[in-house]
Amino acid sequence: MRFTTLVAAVIVIGLGYWAYHQTIQTQMADRDVDRLQRQIATEHERLGVLRAEWAYLNRPDRLRELAQFNFDRLGLLPLAPDQFGDAAQIPFPAPDALHDNASLPDGYSEEEPL
Amino acid sequence: MSLRIPLRPLTRILDARARGENPDNVEKENLRLRHEAQRDKLRVRAESRLLLVAVCFVMAFSAVGYQMAALATTEPTEPRVLNQGPTILNTRADITDRHGRLLATNFATNALYAHPQDIIYPRQAADGLAEIFPEMDADDLYRRFTGDSRFIWLRRYISPEQEQLVHDIGSPGLLFGPREMRLYPNGSIAAHVLGGASFGEEAVNAAEVIGIAGVEAQYDAELRDPARVDPLMLSLDLTVQSEVEEVLAGGMALMNARGAAAVLLDVHTGEVLSMASLPDFDPNARPRPLTEGDQADSPLFNRAVQGVYELGSVFKTFTIAQALELNLFSPYDMIDTTGPVRMAGFAIRDFRSYGPEQTVADVLIHSSNIGTARIARVIGAARQEHFLAQLNLLEPTEIELVEAASGVPLTPPRWGELATMTISYGHGVSTSPLHLAAAYATIVNGGTEIIPTLERREEPQNGARILSEETSATMNAMLRAVVTDGTASFGEVEGYMVGGKTGTADLPRPEGGYYEDRNLNTFASAFPMHDPQYVLIVTLREAAELSGPEPRRTAGWTAVPVAAEIIRRTAPLLGLRPDVEHPLGLQLSNSSN
Repeated sequence: MRFTTLVAAVIVIGLGYWAYHQTIQTQMADRDVDRLQRQIATEHERLGVLRAEWAYLNRPDRLRELAQFNFDRLGLLPLAPDQFGDAAQIPFPAPDALHDNASLPDGYSEEEPL
Repeated sequence: MSLRIPLRPLTRILDARARGENPDNVEKENLRLRHEAQRDKLRVRAESRLLLVAVCFVMAFSAVGYQMAALATTEPTEPRVLNQGPTILNTRADITDRHGRLLATNFATNALYAHPQDIIYPRQAADGLAEIFPEMDADDLYRRFTGDSRFIWLRRYISPEQEQLVHDIGSPGLLFGPREMRLYPNGSIAAHVLGGASFGEEAVNAAEVIGIAGVEAQYDAELRDPARVDPLMLSLDLTVQSEVEEVLAGGMALMNARGAAAVLLDVHTGEVLSMASLPDFDPNARPRPLTEGDQADSPLFNRAVQGVYELGSVFKTFTIAQALELNLFSPYDMIDTTGPVRMAGFAIRDFRSYGPEQTVADVLIHSSNIGTARIARVIGAARQEHFLAQLNLLEPTEIELVEAASGVPLTPPRWGELATMTISYGHGVSTSPLHLAAAYATIVNGGTEIIPTLERREEPQNGARILSEETSATMNAMLRAVVTDGTASFGEVEGYMVGGKTGTADLPRPEGGYYEDRNLNTFASAFPMHDPQYVLIVTLREAAELSGPEPRRTAGWTAVPVAAEIIRRTAPLLGLRPDVEHPLGLQLSNSSN
């Protein structure tokens, strides 16, 4: 009888500890969820701002200005009808190039600095 | 309560004494019986209490058990409702072009207001604000801060940098209210289509954004629907729109025009890929509407939709198409083009004479008013009106813009014979460029009705049949010939088989009659003519090409080269390969019957 009571008491204490622990964990998880949701909302806001900024930076007027400003280096012009090509117009790669590509690792190891 | 039995009843004591027994036994026996009765009573009570406790336990445990079973068998869910944080964002849906590029979005910003009673140093606050915001006056602010009011709006919205500067003033009476601002990242591109937005109901912590023009107003309820997740996808193509606006602005400057409009329409789906009206405005800072004078002078005026004008010879296409459709003429029938045709004190003349007789095709190619008027006379007023109504030229367009309803075509009060003849070459009925685009789409797409739309749609409209496919094919060949041999020779774009019809109309004076030197030049074109995909309408108001000794005011010299440049620039963007397999173009004789 004594022994059973003792065991029961230990079990009750154990279960109490477990239940309390679960409660604390749940509360922590809840707080975590709250924090994450706030973070998601902030990120949503940031995403909206970034998308607006991306669209603003990619506005055609600005791209056109940049293309003109950097014409010396990039040589960008509006797309013209004569720029359409045919797949048949693309030359096959020269055989040397293929060979060079295949033996690249060897070439690389030879030129390794000492 | 039962009758209490005495422990030593006299009769039994006497009986026991008489029998020589110990009378105490009687008492013991009675005592025992009494104890037994008492014990039975107590046990019954204890048992009932035990039962009650047991029932309580069973109920408690079954409640716990039920809850456990319920938890074990249901789907796990978030313990709290997912909300988007303290501020509700993106309440108004974005607007994108057909490829998903942003045309309008929201931007979280702040409004600035003041509680003057909390401002400790009004002078310093007023000076600081005036330094940040150039439009504010320090003395005026100081007067308001030291006045009686307890609440002052200072600015509708401020940028984050300005917000920081206001923070740096450090006055506790300057406060911020969250605001959602409508942002058009592309500036003035597609301004007339997008329209603009403004604040409706305003409170300190929020303000509703409402659309006030264009698609923003048309789709206002849908855009504000909080359940909506997807952006509103328009049929516009941002790149094409930008190119069209750039070329049109260049053309307008080059041709000294006062205004210009362009509409690019898919002839099968009815999608408006580009709609431009110049001068334009920045929807981020929408100008105020004019309070006096002609609204058509305001940059807010959408010439492509609201501007109804007599568009001139571009209407000849409809007259010829109807004559062919009704089998009244074939393209090779000869028409008397000697002029002028006099009627009711009105003379119809040609810009230039091409001989006393021309074929029906040549009437269109050389744009003969006299020839067209004679053809229209055969068609008659009733049939002409019916045909133009079928082409939706007599009703406002159904385009998804709030301004569409104000683009009401003007028709003659009496559709008599003279009206029939003038309408046949585009005088007497006033329509918008968008009307014209939709009607031309019908002519070139094989003859089916097209309702222009700003909504993205994949499928062809397959509208009601208005012209037979043969008539449409013949018209395509003739429109192509206008560019190769006729008035629109500057419209040729190598590889794209442009076809179209020019129109030069005198602008009406407000007091009646027409200006001699003010024209509205239109080029209604389609490409590529062997299988038309797009219709492009370009109109220039009061354009004049000044390179020659005399200013040239016809559409062939002004609107046509601008349209050709637009086609040259946009056709590759639309994914059209230049065609080298039809070097000779369409042969008129092949397609005529």
